[in-house]
Amino acid sequence: MGFLEVEDLKVHFPIKGGIFNRTVDYIKAVDGVTFSVEQGKTYGLVGESGSGKTTTGRAVIGLNDITSGKVLFEGTDITSKKSKTKNVRKDIQMIFQDPYSSLNPRKRVIDIVAEPLRNYENLSKIEERKRIQELMEMVGLSPESILKYPHEFSGGQRQRIGVARAIALKPKLIIADEPVSALDVSVQAQVLNFMQDIQKELNLTYLFISHDLGIVKHMCDDIAIMYKGRYVEQGTKEDIFNNPQHIYTKRLIAAIPDINPRNRADQFKFRQEVQKEYEHSYDDYFDSEGLAYGLQPISDTHLVALPGKG
Amino acid sequence: MGNELLEIKNLTTSFRIGDEYHAAVDDVTLTLNKNEVLGIVGESGSGKSALAFSIMGLHNRAKIEGSIKLKDQELVKLAPSKMNNLRGDDLAMIFQDPLTALNPLMEIGDQIAEALLLHNLDMSSKQRKARVIELLNMVGIPRPEYVYEQFPHELSGGMRQRVVIAIAIANKPELLIADEPTTALDVTIQAQILDLIRKLKEDIHAGIILITHDLGVVAEMADRVAVMYAGQIVEIADVTTLFENPLHPYTKSLLNSVPAEGQDKLHVIQGIVPSLKNLPRKGCRFAARIPWIDESAHEENPVLHEVSQGHFVRCTCHAHFYFPEESKEEQTNGIS
Repeated sequence: MGFLEVEDLKVHFPIKGGIFNRTVDYIKAVDGVTFSVEQGKTYGLVGESGSGKTTTGRAVIGLNDITSGKVLFEGTDITSKKSKTKNVRKDIQMIFQDPYSSLNPRKRVIDIVAEPLRNYENLSKIEERKRIQELMEMVGLSPESILKYPHEFSGGQRQRIGVARAIALKPKLIIADEPVSALDVSVQAQVLNFMQDIQKELNLTYLFISHDLGIVKHMCDDIAIMYKGRYVEQGTKEDIFNNPQHIYTKRLIAAIPDINPRNRADQFKFRQEVQKEYEHSYDDYFDSEGLAYGLQPISDTHLVALPGKG
Repeated sequence: MGNELLEIKNLTTSFRIGDEYHAAVDDVTLTLNKNEVLGIVGESGSGKSALAFSIMGLHNRAKIEGSIKLKDQELVKLAPSKMNNLRGDDLAMIFQDPLTALNPLMEIGDQIAEALLLHNLDMSSKQRKARVIELLNMVGIPRPEYVYEQFPHELSGGMRQRVVIAIAIANKPELLIADEPTTALDVTIQAQILDLIRKLKEDIHAGIILITHDLGVVAEMADRVAVMYAGQIVEIADVTTLFENPLHPYTKSLLNSVPAEGQDKLHVIQGIVPSLKNLPRKGCRFAARIPWIDESAHEENPVLHEVSQGHFVRCTCHAHFYFPEESKEEQTNGIS
């Protein structure tokens, strides 16, 4: 039994229309996604905007309703939002993308970080304050700063307050939705290093959602590439970066800017070749609706969306 | 030489906070040649966008000192009406967020035509429409006749940015300023837009100032790079020199904080970018973020030194700089 198992997850949003505002069609934001994550690992979900990666993360934590499919967390079915699952839910927390809008500007840090504690644990005022001061120290902020407001902190510090809130209940799984894309490079480094440190310390598992392949490569053990709500490729970091099979993955990897200016001409040529291949073999990799096919294993760890063999 | 398009000398742009003026761009001197891409790199708050807005004359209440010369024409203190004639004609800008840069209530075609209308009074409306279609074709928008009548919300982010670029190049500007042109876009779209800018450079022979915080984009696009920190240029060099032989501690730190092959821990620059009010005005501005470097290594009044042809570095601290042995205490920093 895996730590987190997602089976054939589908999230469809209805499109309302017509005279009686009936449902006329669905947007298939997530359309049949299956994966499992081991404890202590980082699983990366990559895709362009609109690929369904955020919706997948939000469905796992219960922020989006699941149309069909199953989410199993340590063997417990948490697909439906019944009260039974309440205790499981505190083991799953989320770090949001934008540290400027995910913290309530009118609350002090102590109230922001204490909110999950107040929901789940009955602590006295003194105990609560002590816990929060410990948390602040863990994320590298001074314990005196708990009485400040979010605007008094820099972007990186705010994101660490978001992390403090996420780890307040000692969760096992953290869903990090583009945790650093709103931050400057040097601050990015700070938050990423810190996320790795607390992962070791608390044996955390990350579902790491990002569009930045460089960061995903740095952080993740296993990676899945999403396109239009479906997986196009899944594998270990090495599978994806050293041996990409799907044309979409190849194109995504080719698009990463190269930091060495001497490779400029080569990179440019390589990108054009991949683009040509992409246009040339598009029909081989996508069905008539432009969606990816089902996943076929090509090794023990490596799955690629290829047309079915009969 | 003689190929200079833009010459900025001792430019200082100050904003008023309370009763005092604080310089966001401090004594910047730069030149840009025709057909050249100058990358400007820095974190938020380093003054790179303030510099761009100063060149474009888009600051309303700022105090601008020094000189900005576009082909021998002084732009600082130019009358607003004359500036309006230049803006969108000889100098143009591509903005970061294509959704806010476009008017949501106006058809795409009309928005591009507006740029033509303002600067080419003798163009007939038929000619104008033909030129708009030509521009849409140039920036790689499929079915331009159809897109002409669409509204911004009907286009994807990449398509919108193409429209913004079409507006910017409508009058074949000689100077094009691109302020984080791809930050809001996905990587594959980013690659397409960068290709487009590269192609346009060849077509219209403009000088381009590319402002970005993405070092990969700079490495791919720029001919020369200026690194800005706290309102000053701390290092400027051609692109290969800058990436292969970076000297200033800030440049080195930035390059080290990007995930690279075989790197376990990312370098973290201590402390935070000082806010405009708290900028250190004396001595090396980066000194506070590399406290392990002895004070005597810094110059009292750091200036740009030419270390080799065309490679300038501010302050003398680069000669004494080394990365500290990283430990957790050093990486986490308290509230300043």
